[in-house]
Amino acid sequence: MYEVRIHGRGGQGAVSAATMLAAAMLEQGKYAVAIPAFGFERRGAPVVSFVRCSDREIRQMTNIYAPDCLICVDPTLTRSVDIFAGLKPGGTLVQATNRPLEEVKLAPNVATAGLCDAVSIALEIFKRPITNTIMLGAFARSTGVVSLEALQRSLEDSDFRDAGLKQNLMALERGYNETRVHTIEQRAAA
Amino acid sequence: MSTATLEKPAAAKPKVILAEGNEAAALGVALARPDMVAVYPITPQSSLVEHVAKLIADGKMDADIVDAEGEHSVLSVLQGAALAGGRTYTATCGPGLAFMFEPYFRTSGMRLPMVMTIVTRDGITPQSVWGGHQDAMTVREVGWIQIYCESVQEVLDTTIMAFKIAEHHDVMLPVNVCLDGNYLSYGASRVELPPQAEVDAFMGDKDVNWHVALDPSRPMAVDPLTGGSGGKGPSTFVRYRKGQCKGMQNALAVIEEVHEEWAQRFGRRFAPLVEEYRLDDADYAIMTLGSMSGAAKDAVDAARDAGRKVGLIKLKTFSPFPVVALQKALAKVKALGVVDRSVGFRWNCGPMYQETMGALYRLGRFIPSMSFIGGLAGADITEAHFQRVIAETEALLTNPAPTEPVWLNEKD
Repeated sequence: MYEVRIHGRGGQGAVSAATMLAAAMLEQGKYAVAIPAFGFERRGAPVVSFVRCSDREIRQMTNIYAPDCLICVDPTLTRSVDIFAGLKPGGTLVQATNRPLEEVKLAPNVATAGLCDAVSIALEIFKRPITNTIMLGAFARSTGVVSLEALQRSLEDSDFRDAGLKQNLMALERGYNETRVHTIEQRAAA
Repeated sequence: MSTATLEKPAAAKPKVILAEGNEAAALGVALARPDMVAVYPITPQSSLVEHVAKLIADGKMDADIVDAEGEHSVLSVLQGAALAGGRTYTATCGPGLAFMFEPYFRTSGMRLPMVMTIVTRDGITPQSVWGGHQDAMTVREVGWIQIYCESVQEVLDTTIMAFKIAEHHDVMLPVNVCLDGNYLSYGASRVELPPQAEVDAFMGDKDVNWHVALDPSRPMAVDPLTGGSGGKGPSTFVRYRKGQCKGMQNALAVIEEVHEEWAQRFGRRFAPLVEEYRLDDADYAIMTLGSMSGAAKDAVDAARDAGRKVGLIKLKTFSPFPVVALQKALAKVKALGVVDRSVGFRWNCGPMYQETMGALYRLGRFIPSMSFIGGLAGADITEAHFQRVIAETEALLTNPAPTEPVWLNEKD
């Protein structure tokens, strides 16, 4: 079982990113489940969603408390939310940011960090800071858990149409191409 | 996300899609080909009726849809349609269900084979918009069949089966397909869409309303005044009620038959009344209902790996209460822990626990048991919660049973 927790703010598409990611996992012949965390959606308020992926049928329909990977589609969220809660040792962070690794907030359990300046890419493509599909490309690049091609097929089967679909496919590909993946040296266990 | 399209009848292989529970329910409804859908699309409604409305608007579902002025009208509209011979469907939850209570009671009394999804919610007040079983549990004594689903696939398949169960001549009762608000309604999962032609063959010829009809050439009184203490009133009323109870009891066998036929045709087998999971050599069991069961099964597997002899009993059909099937399961164990996602205010325990006590009494053997209440108002019931349920149920083998329920999310 591979578990992903997606953090964002209302309006950035963290919930639809979860369903698109789960659909891409299905494309690759896996079982997948996407669960949104429930609340009153407000633009700008912290939101979270969850994705499970497995070779076997997934029975538990619950939230995720010990993820293998965090996707944070907002560059400022770590100031107000502890996104690292429960992250497994050796875990992956896929973070929207325009900062170098030294200036990015990390936790001891992060072994791989994929950094992508998703807001700049989004402003160029959409003229709005909607970063979800860009960060799905960054996830594929950072983890290899899904392929770029599977994500492309997932977007093509989604609600995106025409110009919107074209923009999001471009966003996905740029996210994939423009992500810097860092391996972080783990401190020896005390 | 709405990625699904209904397949043309020619396609033989089931299409695999990712769908949330609400979308899966809507796709099941479309495959069952209802004639009329009525909805009240405002808070507290779910995305289910949006999916239904979209399927109709896109020409993928050939049904009339009525946007009524409230839930009371929704059921009243559908009663008219059902009396005219139509296959009818709606969905509601929480306060919407409360508002439709009066026609809800009439629907079962008039023996109208309607299907209504309850996207289950907790009750208010205190204010909450999240999932729980309190709404469906509150109306468990109104003569509707109530079936709870565990997975998104089961939602789709059961929605189709529900029409066949409701319309069976030995049943003729409305059916609620209950799916857990939040975790199942918005949880998206892999589902197989059965081909329309195969669903058509499963459903057979439409024969919805053969017992009573709004037919100008055959005028008749529907829902006459009965009861009182004189004339034919009392015996007429008793015949109605006895007939409803008989229909409920008949439904137990019909629910099994319909699930068996579904398994034969589509290869997916769901326990129709009571599922026994790793129970045959179990010393004790935990009991679940609805979408919590997946995490519970994972917890049972982990406990088994650790050498603990625990099994699981899951109810699918809650009304009629499957007493005989449940007794068969209960007879295998020496202790029982029942997890409810709602509250039984009168007995200070979960309602499923309280009803299970009745089945245990008829078993004629004392089994120590206890009530757990969790997942209220959107709270999560995780594998970790079930580990606690397993440990505390196991303790019943040696320690006295607590008289108070355990509130699983009290310290979350």
